[in-house]
Amino acid sequence: MSVIVFTVILLLGSYFAGLLGSLTGLGGGFIIIPLLTLLLRVDIHYAIGASLVSVIATSSGSAAAYVREGITNIRLGMFLEIATTAGAFTGAVLAIYVPTHSIAIIFGLILIFSAIMSLRNKVEQIVHKETFLSKKLRLGGTYPVSGGVVEYGVSNIAGGFFMMVFAGIISGLLGVGSGALKVVAMDGIMRIPFKVSTTTSNFMIGVTAAASAVVYLQRGYIHPGIAMPVVIGVLLGAISGSKILVHTSSSKWLRWVFAIVVTVLSVQMIYNGIRGNI
Amino acid sequence: MESEETYNPPAPLESGRQEKNKPGSLKDKDIQVIIGWILRGGVTVSILLVFIGGILFTYRHGQSIPDYKTFKGVPDFIGNFSGIFDGIITFKGQAIIQLGIILLIATPVIRVAFSAVGFLMEKDYLYTAITLIVLLIILASMFSGRAG
Repeated sequence: MSVIVFTVILLLGSYFAGLLGSLTGLGGGFIIIPLLTLLLRVDIHYAIGASLVSVIATSSGSAAAYVREGITNIRLGMFLEIATTAGAFTGAVLAIYVPTHSIAIIFGLILIFSAIMSLRNKVEQIVHKETFLSKKLRLGGTYPVSGGVVEYGVSNIAGGFFMMVFAGIISGLLGVGSGALKVVAMDGIMRIPFKVSTTTSNFMIGVTAAASAVVYLQRGYIHPGIAMPVVIGVLLGAISGSKILVHTSSSKWLRWVFAIVVTVLSVQMIYNGIRGNI
Repeated sequence: MESEETYNPPAPLESGRQEKNKPGSLKDKDIQVIIGWILRGGVTVSILLVFIGGILFTYRHGQSIPDYKTFKGVPDFIGNFSGIFDGIITFKGQAIIQLGIILLIATPVIRVAFSAVGFLMEKDYLYTAITLIVLLIILASMFSGRAG
């Protein structure tokens, strides 16, 4: 396959990955890595590097918009970034030693988990009580709604912190944003309102990915010929996705489409991982 | 006048934060605006570089057959900073792409560095320390990569 054909296929594929990733909130990395490894037969380390770069682009681009709206809890994000960057550093080092077929299998499993997570119904929850640690670290906050602001507290900080270390390891090992795991930590464990957890998780993804990208960059995992079409395609797709998202109120059917696509891809990744094809 | 009331920040959960929100001082809101700027600017410039480099690269090497099946790292001339710098001066597409990617990776790191300055100006020493820890972890990650 010549450079021009490879670039065009990857640009188109990345565009759709970015579009679907942004519409469902899972990020583009989950489609990029199977696309590169299964379809284009690219080495998984190159795939992880390119995906990680695209994760930084989309996360930073959309975080810029959310931060201005005042929904993102910057203090909470900064505090938890200690956990995610430490995890990401560990994950990037692990990626050097973990055999590639194991990476493919872990990838498939996390992918299935994320698909299930994206299908669950989101119920807004607000905890008003503040724990001792939450007060000390001033993690509680407010976010604007039409006609005022909502105050919220943060619970089980230690639990959320450890979940974030794990989310960071997965992000560094697989080259994805692991937004689903971050939302588990914030929604499920720390009981933060959904609106805040989604935007704050997105805010953290860029820094988390950068912590492992600096390792990948120096190890030669980030190849310009592969990263170039991926990062441009995913970013354009994500921008289109955010425009569509404003106009459609229900994306239920889309999440189902994505869940099915993702399940097929994850089964493929696990199968090829077990067979040793990756 | 009354309509302005609704836009006022609510009573903070803790009294300590109140003084940080008084008018005139650097507020959380200002930091948020600047952080938004850094992120947007960084992404825009780096994507432009990647795009320009991408056009040069596909124009010159469009017909060559790349081999990405086995991992061989990156071409030698973009393996280090001085190589990338030489490549940019001679308009090598892959070197320009790589510069864009390095800038993209640096964008969230610059955001963290700025947050540290912001917290320091707010006299929020706890969060200045937390932010510096994050920066240190990223730096440690950077140097571990070089050592290996």
